[in-house]
Amino acid sequence: MQRFILGKKNLIALVSAILIVAAFAAKLIFHQEGAAVWLLAIASVLGLIPIALQAYQALRVKVVSIDVLVTIAVIGAFAIQNFEESAIVTFLFLFGAYLEQRTLNKTRRAIKELTEMAPESALKQNESGEFAEVEVDEVDVGDVLLVKTGAKVPVDGTVLSGEGYINEASITGESVPVSKEEGAGVYAGTILENGTLQIVADRVGEDTTFGRIIELVEEAQDSKSEAERFIDRFAKYYTPAVLLLAIIVWFVSRNIELAITILVLGCPGALVIGVPVSNVAGIGNGARHGVLLKGSEVITDFSRVDTLVFDKTGTLTVGNPEVADLKRYDDNETALAYLASVEGESDHPLAKAVAAHIGETTIYPVLKTDVIKGGGIIADVDGHRVAVGNVALMRREHVDLEQAEPDIARFEANGNSLVLMSVDSKLTVLMGIRDRIRPGVREDLQRIKRLGVKNLVVLSGDNQGTVDLVARELGLTEAHGHMLPEHKSHYIEALKEKGHIVAFVGDGVNDSPSLALAQIGIAMGSGTDVAIETSDVVLMNSDFSRLPHALGLTKATARNMRQNIIIAVGVVIVLLLSVFFSDWMNMSIGMLVHEGSILVVILNGMRLLRYKLRR
Amino acid sequence: MQKATIQLETLTCPSCSMKIENAAKSLQGVDKDSVKVMFNSSKVKLDFDADKITLEDITNAITTLGYEVKKAQAK
Repeated sequence: MQRFILGKKNLIALVSAILIVAAFAAKLIFHQEGAAVWLLAIASVLGLIPIALQAYQALRVKVVSIDVLVTIAVIGAFAIQNFEESAIVTFLFLFGAYLEQRTLNKTRRAIKELTEMAPESALKQNESGEFAEVEVDEVDVGDVLLVKTGAKVPVDGTVLSGEGYINEASITGESVPVSKEEGAGVYAGTILENGTLQIVADRVGEDTTFGRIIELVEEAQDSKSEAERFIDRFAKYYTPAVLLLAIIVWFVSRNIELAITILVLGCPGALVIGVPVSNVAGIGNGARHGVLLKGSEVITDFSRVDTLVFDKTGTLTVGNPEVADLKRYDDNETALAYLASVEGESDHPLAKAVAAHIGETTIYPVLKTDVIKGGGIIADVDGHRVAVGNVALMRREHVDLEQAEPDIARFEANGNSLVLMSVDSKLTVLMGIRDRIRPGVREDLQRIKRLGVKNLVVLSGDNQGTVDLVARELGLTEAHGHMLPEHKSHYIEALKEKGHIVAFVGDGVNDSPSLALAQIGIAMGSGTDVAIETSDVVLMNSDFSRLPHALGLTKATARNMRQNIIIAVGVVIVLLLSVFFSDWMNMSIGMLVHEGSILVVILNGMRLLRYKLRR
Repeated sequence: MQKATIQLETLTCPSCSMKIENAAKSLQGVDKDSVKVMFNSSKVKLDFDADKITLEDITNAITTLGYEVKKAQAK
């Protein structure tokens, strides 16, 4: 019965609205005062039933909720036979709750869209080898699953057979389909655009990358900042205090009207709902734009940041070194083939860049490879002694570098790392290899500066020349080279001691200490586990251009929270003052303003869903 | 101890979360410190002792308060 009535709250609100309109029609048009009173009394009782039920439930678990205040107020209005007010107050309260639910659903929509992308069913292979549809919860690690065109990949797994193109936008934010074949990893929540795959489940449910992203966002939207916890504690005592105040006023003034008006005015609605609404809308906007914000504490901190510290490789730069300059000192066509043969033996990032640059060529057998630590490689190729490495290695090999000196100086000034090759102690090739700066980073950093960040610092393990060059090109305020991971975290510690609010931006692979140490750790990750765990903010798909949006968004969200607190507190103060010092205030107006202020803070929060950083 | 995740209809007033929290904490067999009512995601998370109370008892307690339970899971 209770459940039935509470389920029909919206219908009750509608009926009570009709009754109230009918009552006013009876009174003002047909001058049927008696009928009007009856209609209003019926509307009051009808409207009070669900509210009183909720109040009773609240009292049973020892909570003095808003429902309790409103129920007492309405009963009080009934006692002094003010049916007009009791009817209007109950209607406004029910109607307000309906509007709140509608608008709140909108603010939460962005995050809901994300969670609804979670796969629900899977085609699982049974003992007889056939595939049957099951709930995704029934899939265990090691199960073999079939994924058909258009279907969601149900779990994180590995492709056993078949091939196809998968849209991984839900994980990486990148919507260009990725080709998958045997042995490739696939992620839950991604969509197979064409082809058919058989996969084996590696991680299921909440353990999948997608499951963890959802978990993280869900936790984030309900995580509470210090201010919010204060408001919660405050609200816990505030409502009983209002009840007590009303009772005291009643005893002192013997004025029931005044006492019940205080009950309605004191409802703390907008105050307790204002901050969570801004929070959920801000985090929802982030989730839509590839920015994961881990909670409202992060939003508050990040909005006040004054120093951004960047890791260079993979953050400001692409992270894939490329051959940018090349100079040859003899015409021997086989030289490059020798070079490719030697570099093919190595896993060193520079070697990979060289091999990629030369491309397909004849590969000679490489004999007697000798890796010189901090120098390069010496090997026997096609009967020649080939050395590939830095200047120090060339000196060691007694290679004459005189004719190449100007080139070496120029290549270094361009921010290159140098790779040289000698064949039988004669210099043949000089290459400058450098990491390209991510496209658009310069503009993004300008935008970050305009948002009020004063210090932009780059820390890198590279030599100072390279780092300075990057800093100049990007307009950074400080650049430090030769930094090991522990130097980076010391540096951040020092900044914090000077009173700066520091955000560290890194790829989360080898700089997790710095990520954890900075007030705000920002990971540029393609949804990698480490990045998700250690950081406060994750930029999906390693997209640097989302950083200014993230910063602007947190600033807007923090501002929005403050506005909502001011609106909520302001409304309560104005209402309470006017109840004592003016004569226009009554219960109905109080309820109207109260419900109105709740809607205002929700609508204000909703603006964040549309937030976009101005270019 | 089992972990329960209960999805509710949309919660609209923060005082609802307090009601649900107090109700869940008052149940025998529910670990009081583990009860977490998430307002925005409208979820309840808690640990409970499966020997003393069933998931159904917990969801029933919440439904009697007037909140519809959409989905409940324990593991």
